[in-house]
Amino acid sequence: MTGHLPALLIAVPLIGGVISLFLRGRFLPWAWAQIITTAVLVITCGLVEAVLTGGTITYRFGGWPQEWGIAYRIDALNVFVLFIVALIGCVATIYARYSVDDEIPSDRHHLFYCIWLLALVGLLGITATADVFNVYVLLEVSSLTLYALIAMGKNRDRRALTGALRYVIIGSVGASFILLGIGYLLMVTGTLNLPDMARQLAAMPEAARNRTVLVAFAFLFVGLSVKMALFPLHMWLPNAYGSAPSAVSALVAATATKVGVYMAVRFLFSVFGPGFTFTALSTEVGDFTFTCDGVLLVLACLGVLYTGIEAMRQRELKWILAYSSLGQISYMVIGLALLNRDGVTGGIIHLLNHALIKGGLFMAAGCAVFALASQRLDDLNGLGRRMPRTAAAILVGGFGLIGFPLTAGFVSKWYLVKGALAAGHPTVAVVLMLGSVFALVYVWRVVERMYFTAPAADAPIPRRLPLSMEVCTWFLVGGSVLIGIAGKPFADLAGRAADEALGGHALMISTPATPSSPQAVEP
Amino acid sequence: MNLVTALANYWVAIAIMMIGLYGIIAKRNLIKQAIALGIFQTGIFLFYVSMAVVKGGTVPVWFTLADGSKHPGPYDNPLPHCLMLTAIVVSVSVFAVAIAIIINIRRSYGTIEEDEILAIEAGEGPGT
Repeated sequence: MTGHLPALLIAVPLIGGVISLFLRGRFLPWAWAQIITTAVLVITCGLVEAVLTGGTITYRFGGWPQEWGIAYRIDALNVFVLFIVALIGCVATIYARYSVDDEIPSDRHHLFYCIWLLALVGLLGITATADVFNVYVLLEVSSLTLYALIAMGKNRDRRALTGALRYVIIGSVGASFILLGIGYLLMVTGTLNLPDMARQLAAMPEAARNRTVLVAFAFLFVGLSVKMALFPLHMWLPNAYGSAPSAVSALVAATATKVGVYMAVRFLFSVFGPGFTFTALSTEVGDFTFTCDGVLLVLACLGVLYTGIEAMRQRELKWILAYSSLGQISYMVIGLALLNRDGVTGGIIHLLNHALIKGGLFMAAGCAVFALASQRLDDLNGLGRRMPRTAAAILVGGFGLIGFPLTAGFVSKWYLVKGALAAGHPTVAVVLMLGSVFALVYVWRVVERMYFTAPAADAPIPRRLPLSMEVCTWFLVGGSVLIGIAGKPFADLAGRAADEALGGHALMISTPATPSSPQAVEP
Repeated sequence: MNLVTALANYWVAIAIMMIGLYGIIAKRNLIKQAIALGIFQTGIFLFYVSMAVVKGGTVPVWFTLADGSKHPGPYDNPLPHCLMLTAIVVSVSVFAVAIAIIINIRRSYGTIEEDEILAIEAGEGPGT
């Protein structure tokens, strides 16, 4: 049974999603989704345990040799991402019960939970698979479902429609670029299997001078940048996150872009390999050397500054959080582009930290929307007295965004700054600090409204919040504080994932192709 | 000249992709943008399918001919064709989702011209 966990990870939510189409009413579809997401979380925990004790798992569907068939490959790096997705998926489903009741017409609930589960299939599948075409298909599964989930925010805010459509157009172009890049790679390597592809590329003499490989790299780089919303290809994100249904915002913000960042790590580090991506691709123009990590660092630093300023200008809570997400994604990219163990660890642990912080904050924003039917800052005046627990959650989560000591944000910042200094990029360390200052300003704008502004005389009395919504919010916010206080075990996990990202390629290309005997688990 | 004739299929595929990409960027009508997206993806299908072609290749099916010789000799790579079947399904679904959202936009905003929608949104200011 445990040998088949990688297949069950996808099969359970996929079949569960289809079954939920046949359930009716408000309670049944949700309860079913809750059972499925809990099962997924249990399966993922099993995988975490298996990978931590037994090392990398390769699962071959149908027992085909992995060069021919489809294989799932789960190592220290993607099991970390799988855990984030499964955990947030489970918690967000608990949260969704009343939030979705409030925002989606009740005759649509079974459809909502169907695509909700299918979105999880896509996100988990992209992360687990070792087949590049599978990556594309599951990427489209997750994207298509997310477009629909976001558009369902139309009942509360019609901008959800324009946001979703922009996401459809830009996201599809990005995915098509990834498809093109995969096509060029298929042309030169003749394989779709990820480790096999890495092996072929590494064996190719002068791969960095091969026009086809370069074009493949360029298409993949741009496509992945769109999917992880790296500045300046981020314009689809704020409207989509800002106007989606609250539960969807929490799920998407905490998982979708993380999976995008993971895909970038997979392609840049594992398929092409650090030697190709960051050394062989360097181009000298005059006295200046362009490198891939340099380009990533510059884009991410500009992203931190630009989105920080944009976040300060927003007048709605969820839009502030959306712009802040962009800055936080830039932190992860900075960490990865630093290329040393501290930096990459910082980038990877920030995947988890940001998922908890931003998931919690979007849930808190959802609580405010539920109780006040508004997310405008003007309507949040005096929230500290009107909804003390929600306001406190926003405050604590905001500290995490700033990177205040004793919060998870501090742990990531610590590793990132350490990595930046070790890599000899003091400017990057300064940008990281500036990012915190910007975060302080935009968080303060909210805090000032909540605690130091009297509510308008005709301000509505907030509706009573369901317990489950508050518990979920505090679970994620509290989790982020827990990592801030006792982050060592999580940092160790992220460190193992960083080792996998940095050293996995060398290991992958040195292992010979797997024998063709059907065998589920590789030692 | 050789560059043109030998790679004609790729030139056509790239040209179709660029027409689609131009449409996505330049057209302000949402339906036209969705159609342009479809054109762009069609270019990619053509690219994949043409890369599978082998000179003198036929269908990759095993059978024995009347004269007792085994077929196939050289055959086209079937893998990209299979991939594109999946990609076509994906492309159709994307188009369907896009059209569904555009219908909702038409109902809600009363227009499918991007400029007019942006003007309406700018006039509204932040919603609730």
